[in-house]
Amino acid sequence: MEPTLFKFIFRYSWRQQVWLLTLTAFSFPTLYLSLELPKLIINKAIGSQDFPKTYWGVELGQIQYLAALSFVFLGLVVINGSFKYYINVYKGQVSERMLRRLRYQMFTRILRFPIPHFRRASQGELIAMITAEVEPVGGFVGDSLAVPAFEGRTLVTSIAFMLVQDPILGAAALALYPLQMYLIPKLQRQVNALSKQRVRTVRKLSERIGEVVTGVEEVHANGTAEWERADISRWLGVIYWLRYDIYRKKFFIKFLNTFLGQLTPFFFYLFGGYLVINGELTIGALVAVLAAYKDMSDPWKELLSWYQQKEDTRVKYDQIVEQFDPAGMLAANLQDPPQGDIPHLSGPVVCSNLILEEEGGIKTLDGVSFQFDLGERVALVGTAGSGADIVAKLVARLVAPTGGSIRFGESSLATLSQAVTGQRIGYVGQSVALFSGNIRDNLLYGLKHRPLESAPVDDEEKAEQDKYITEALAAGNTASDVAAVWIDIGALNISGPSALSENVAAALATVDMERDVLGLGLQGAVSESDCPNLAQRVLEARAELRSKLAEPEYEGLVVPFDRDVYNGQMSVAENILFGTPVGPTFSLAHIAENDYMLSVLDTVGIREQFLDVGIRTARIMTEVFQELSSGHDFFARFSFISADDLPAYEAALRRVDSLETKALSEDDRSLFMALPFKLITERHRLGLLDAEAQAKLLEARRAFADGLPEAYRDAVAFFVADQYNPPASVLDNILFGKPDLDRPRAHERLTALVLDVVDSLGLRPTLIDVGLDFEIGIGGGRLSIAQRQKLAIARAVLKCPDLMIIDQATAVLDPAGRAAMREALLTACNGRGLLWVLPEIGDAAGFDRVIMMENGRVVAQAMPDAVLEGSVMSSPAGS
Amino acid sequence: MAQYSDLVALLRAVPLFAGLDPGKLKLLAFSSSTVTLADGETLIFEGDAADAVYIIEAGEAEILVNVDQQDVRIGVFGKNWLVGELAAFLNEPRTATVRAVGTLKVLKIDAEVFLRIVSESPDVALNVMRILSKKLARMTASVERSDDVGRPDISARSGNC
Repeated sequence: MEPTLFKFIFRYSWRQQVWLLTLTAFSFPTLYLSLELPKLIINKAIGSQDFPKTYWGVELGQIQYLAALSFVFLGLVVINGSFKYYINVYKGQVSERMLRRLRYQMFTRILRFPIPHFRRASQGELIAMITAEVEPVGGFVGDSLAVPAFEGRTLVTSIAFMLVQDPILGAAALALYPLQMYLIPKLQRQVNALSKQRVRTVRKLSERIGEVVTGVEEVHANGTAEWERADISRWLGVIYWLRYDIYRKKFFIKFLNTFLGQLTPFFFYLFGGYLVINGELTIGALVAVLAAYKDMSDPWKELLSWYQQKEDTRVKYDQIVEQFDPAGMLAANLQDPPQGDIPHLSGPVVCSNLILEEEGGIKTLDGVSFQFDLGERVALVGTAGSGADIVAKLVARLVAPTGGSIRFGESSLATLSQAVTGQRIGYVGQSVALFSGNIRDNLLYGLKHRPLESAPVDDEEKAEQDKYITEALAAGNTASDVAAVWIDIGALNISGPSALSENVAAALATVDMERDVLGLGLQGAVSESDCPNLAQRVLEARAELRSKLAEPEYEGLVVPFDRDVYNGQMSVAENILFGTPVGPTFSLAHIAENDYMLSVLDTVGIREQFLDVGIRTARIMTEVFQELSSGHDFFARFSFISADDLPAYEAALRRVDSLETKALSEDDRSLFMALPFKLITERHRLGLLDAEAQAKLLEARRAFADGLPEAYRDAVAFFVADQYNPPASVLDNILFGKPDLDRPRAHERLTALVLDVVDSLGLRPTLIDVGLDFEIGIGGGRLSIAQRQKLAIARAVLKCPDLMIIDQATAVLDPAGRAAMREALLTACNGRGLLWVLPEIGDAAGFDRVIMMENGRVVAQAMPDAVLEGSVMSSPAGS
Repeated sequence: MAQYSDLVALLRAVPLFAGLDPGKLKLLAFSSSTVTLADGETLIFEGDAADAVYIIEAGEAEILVNVDQQDVRIGVFGKNWLVGELAAFLNEPRTATVRAVGTLKVLKIDAEVFLRIVSESPDVALNVMRILSKKLARMTASVERSDDVGRPDISARSGNC
């Protein structure tokens, strides 16, 4: 990053600046002419009698002359306007390009920050700097040279004119300029100091807001809203007063400037007038000087405001530079995209005399030396504070040591390109970061080091892409295309997408996540266009499952969808729809308000019964749930009235008691009408819908399908026995019925049965593929904590790293899961390097080497058998 | 399948829930269901997640533990006995398999609802303790005598509470 604003501007935009100057210079003659021409028109064309005039042999009468001059004037207006338009657009372009460059440089530098620096630099601050603070810097770039150059020129011209008219008066006009030039920067410096402080305070504010947003749960849990409000109010107050001071000073400068500017005419009137009266000066000269002085004040004002803007921008730029230049940044070239194949690492890994000194001189590592081979699986045993986790981070090059070195065979870790460390070293730490997107994106994240193959584009897209690339390069950005193929399967020594799928499946199996992903796949909805042959195979699975369910031991486990039978495991709404709702029209929340649905109920004459059932359901619900505090999760699990709605139902029920049902208001009726739709007769067993009512609902099912208006055709996908139902999940498509969860072990047996069918038809890989498309939400929020951790480990496993580093990454798993994961990774990394930070020596069985650390030093090293037998448990002499 | 109103009546007759106030009983009835198993059908598998507890309404259930790949019967329970409460209390996987001996009718109670009722109703908690103590006593006795455990009948005792 350039140390000063002007160095930045000159280095990256001097050509554009020169072009801007040239353009403005060229615009001057026409601008001058267009100012002169009106005088000419009035004096010569309208006011003169001296006609006809002859120009280049053409004789012009007065009207013709007037017309000619007017059209020349019009032409000049157009030319001037075009110049102005072009210059403004060009300035805007230069500004935006420079802004883009600056933002890109800042972001690039964030990527190179030493990781410990992020303990001090808060996210909120960094975001505020890149998005908001640099904005005025960009805006200033276009004006940075052109404004002072040309306002300055106008000023100098006016001064020269005045000095020529009358040297004494001219000198008098200039007399106060030195005072202004002395005073104003002095005042401006105070403003600068204040704006610096303001920038810092705004950063602090964004940091605090960011902190509250991340910790909002704590704010709620501790009831500290008022405290947080008070704190934010304090910062807003600080900003207010800073701003207020800035305004006062800024506008005082303006005032002073205007005052000094008007002081000069005051002298002119007084002393110039005196001279004229005494006959020592002609009145013409005084008027001319006054006019020239007036001409001067405009550019002078412009220059002043340019100066203020410049100072403001300079302050911001300086502060940005200061923030974006922490000590110990990663060399830029280490993050360059790799050329050619990414080389493998070779052993032995030699750590010599590693020292890590924190701020304040505390040594968290104090002379750590050990070595291991890349074929060895090493347990680095140490409790919190032992430094074992820090060693892991050093070997992963996430932290740079303050002393000592780490070598991989012949090469020093410090000089390896990040593409090499990123591909060949797998590191999973205690905290997991997942990016929004689906599971697949996250799994393959570690294979994206450079674009390998550009995405296929047509001619139009190609032109668009070229334009994009040209502009990116002009702003010093990378031209790599995110839409290209980035996944480097070559680094895994495999070829073809099917091999990658196998590796993905293997990685998922290693971390015991295959079942989870398969489950997500079963829950996913797949359109036929996405996966054309899946539909057919799901229908096969449906048939297969049906035949298995016919066996006596599974009798009644699933109640199949049958167009002619009321299904007691389905809600009333589902029974009438007999299909999957698409969109909100027939969703459970809206179905009771749908006019067509209500007309269907009328057709079969069940609408009044619905109201009655609704009222009776509401009575039971209020009885059952009135004792529970609202917000209890039983509401979500069992009730079809949410805790928030319960009081409304209680009130409505009281009105029912005091009124005739017929006299109920529309609102109350629709409140009750919504309930029967949610009833599942076999699950809720309220006994409110007898066989007769169910027969009527079947009638309603037929009436609904037969009379469905064209407009609602796409709002429901009907269940058809031998057809795939795209909006329903794959699982629902296979079941094609509703499970009776009250059967003994219904869930377990059904799961086993479905998996059996899935496997017998070879659907597992396809469904895993569907599961990999599951969107995990921001930070992986839609996955469980254990799943997130497993996904992070799978991501590292998938890279097939030469050295895998596991830094307490299994802490969130249960003890059995931890042991299984250790077992699986020990097997997966057999023959490769594995460095595992373990808190307890007891878990070190199965490793090839054990290194024990305490207080930032290695206290013992041995083969695990010896350690486990306790023969080297004591520290070596001297430490 | 029993309707909600039948379940209210059924649960009211279960000694374990004697003394439970009507509001809670209704919640219990609403969230519970009846399950019928044929002879030899399995109600609970060792290792399953503990999502429910069961009260035997009619018939008998045998408790089996897997020892060296062989099912070893450690007890038989009949009417009004509580089954599956240990895993629910501990929130751990099932420790034994439960299988129907003859036709078995049970009340299935959601584990969370059960825990809530126990924690809020001292009478029920005491009843549960009695059942657990009885089970423990039987285990001890069966270990001492190493013969088949006797048939329980807690209705007389808990009916007095």
